[in-house]
Amino acid sequence: MTSTAPPYLARRRALRIGPASWLLRPRSLAAALVLLGTTVLLMALSMRLGDIPMSVSEVLRAITGDGPDHFVVMQLRLPRALTGAGVGAALALSGAIVQAIARNPLASPDILGVTTGASVTVVAVIVAAGNTWGGVSGVLAEAGVPAAALLGGLIGALTVYLLAWRKGMDGYRLVLVGIGVSAICTNLKFWLLTVGDVNDSSRAMVWISGSLNGRGWEHVIPVAIALAVLLPPALLGTASLGALRFGDDTVTGLGVRMHLTRGLMILAAVLLAATATASAGPIAFVALAAPQIALRLAGVAQPPLVVSALAGAVLTVGADLIARTAFSPVELPVGVVTGVVGAPYLIYLLIRVRRKART
Amino acid sequence: MRLQAVDLKLGYGDRVVVDGLDLGIEAGTVTAVIGPNGCGKSTLLRAMGRLLKPSGGEVLLDGKRIDRMPSREVARILGVLPQSPSAPEGLTVADLVSRGRHPHQTWYRQWSSDDESAVGAALAMTGLLDLGDRPLDELSGGQRQRAWISMALAQGTDLLLLDEPTTFLDLAHQIEVLELVRRLHGELGRTVVMVLHDLNLAARYADRLVAMRDGRVVAAGPPSEVLTEALLAEVFELDAKIIEDPVAGTPLVVPIATRSHAPR
Repeated sequence: MTSTAPPYLARRRALRIGPASWLLRPRSLAAALVLLGTTVLLMALSMRLGDIPMSVSEVLRAITGDGPDHFVVMQLRLPRALTGAGVGAALALSGAIVQAIARNPLASPDILGVTTGASVTVVAVIVAAGNTWGGVSGVLAEAGVPAAALLGGLIGALTVYLLAWRKGMDGYRLVLVGIGVSAICTNLKFWLLTVGDVNDSSRAMVWISGSLNGRGWEHVIPVAIALAVLLPPALLGTASLGALRFGDDTVTGLGVRMHLTRGLMILAAVLLAATATASAGPIAFVALAAPQIALRLAGVAQPPLVVSALAGAVLTVGADLIARTAFSPVELPVGVVTGVVGAPYLIYLLIRVRRKART
Repeated sequence: MRLQAVDLKLGYGDRVVVDGLDLGIEAGTVTAVIGPNGCGKSTLLRAMGRLLKPSGGEVLLDGKRIDRMPSREVARILGVLPQSPSAPEGLTVADLVSRGRHPHQTWYRQWSSDDESAVGAALAMTGLLDLGDRPLDELSGGQRQRAWISMALAQGTDLLLLDEPTTFLDLAHQIEVLELVRRLHGELGRTVVMVLHDLNLAARYADRLVAMRDGRVVAAGPPSEVLTEALLAEVFELDAKIIEDPVAGTPLVVPIATRSHAPR
């Protein structure tokens, strides 16, 4: 072809080295850098703010020193902020994958049964370990909560998957079965809350709302591992994930092994959401909103994975900062803040989707 | 023989649509599959494009069993345009056509100069160069269909399977799409198999017709041999007169009446 490429193709620039080539997306890169900067800024801010406000130099001295400030920064504020960033990134990544597979901007890992499954088991453990049924000691309950959440999340996802599987996985059936299983789990959860002791139930409520209160290094590490292990394969599958948004016949025609790719991607989404939920409880709306914010910032049609993860980190760390300091000395669970911010956003999305459907 | 169906058995669930069908597609031909609604022509096309797994028999691509070949390799030889395909919202024409390069791309080969020239050429061939940055949902039906064909072209395959590429198009747009198919064959030597409803257009634009009824191939060959009054009666239960198309010289069907009321 000797003719010059049309402008819209010329805009699609690539870095080419020999036979290798990489698409350059300046706007996605800029969005990622801005979000990364914002995350670092918000985390630095959360080192300073709290019951004991510190200046930047005091924070730096606290990190190197070994006074009481060292404990506050290194054992309380830093692991909490890191948990927030990791959990937010994992939830957003999971949401970006689920939205691509369900071909629906309103989908989130909640429909995979992860969060609701986790909620039921955790409430059961807290209620059973408390006074109601004479149960196990409180210490075991504390240690058992993340384990119960992980287990419950995986069982919930497996239930949804098995019920939705019929010689293959259809996006719509997955969503419908997911909503059904979630409804059952939610009712079970409320039943457990009403039969439980008042004190246990209120403890359980804090967890159900999603909270970063008192999160330490033991909460940072599992999420960090999940991200380190699952992000690279998810990135390798980005192109196939994009293809999965087309109709089934088109996907297969393009040479994508549809059922295998879809299955592996759903598995990654489940593991990410389950690990995040085990660390911080089911934080609302991050998985739903972050991918949609990311795709608008990056100006692309499909939620970009890395930008989504960073948007999730910003949302969660920012929301926790508000939750921790806005009504000081009262601390809100972070999920309450993300819920308050996220609910209007969900309504906005619903209206937009309905308008699209009508035209 | 580029593409071959051998003793093919197809169905959805327990319902058998095609039972024991044999068909061969030769290189460099344009074949149109015709037949009444529900005769299994789309099902056959989907199976030949490995979109549907046969419940018996096999499909051979260049002599090899298509279901045992790596799916990417198949996608580099054979392109399929499904019936009424769906795309994610907000996609531009160029995005759609670029997606056709998927089987040639990997994480370290995301947008080669081959990809770029193939997409440019596919857009030029379908006359969409000026519409490349327009969202797909803003196009007319004919333009949208051309965009999908353009995507299949960008895939760069020798073989193209098109499932009713002219449905929902007015006559002028139908001709436009079929002229394009002819050019693919004439200029690029592509082998095309398409499902068509309009018998006169099928006779004019295809080298070979395959007439199907109840999951069987009733007749296959050049239009002048296949499109006879006896065949129309057998396959479509239609009384018709066949005259010569004054423009193309191919058979032209002039319907008289259906036979559903007449004694058989």
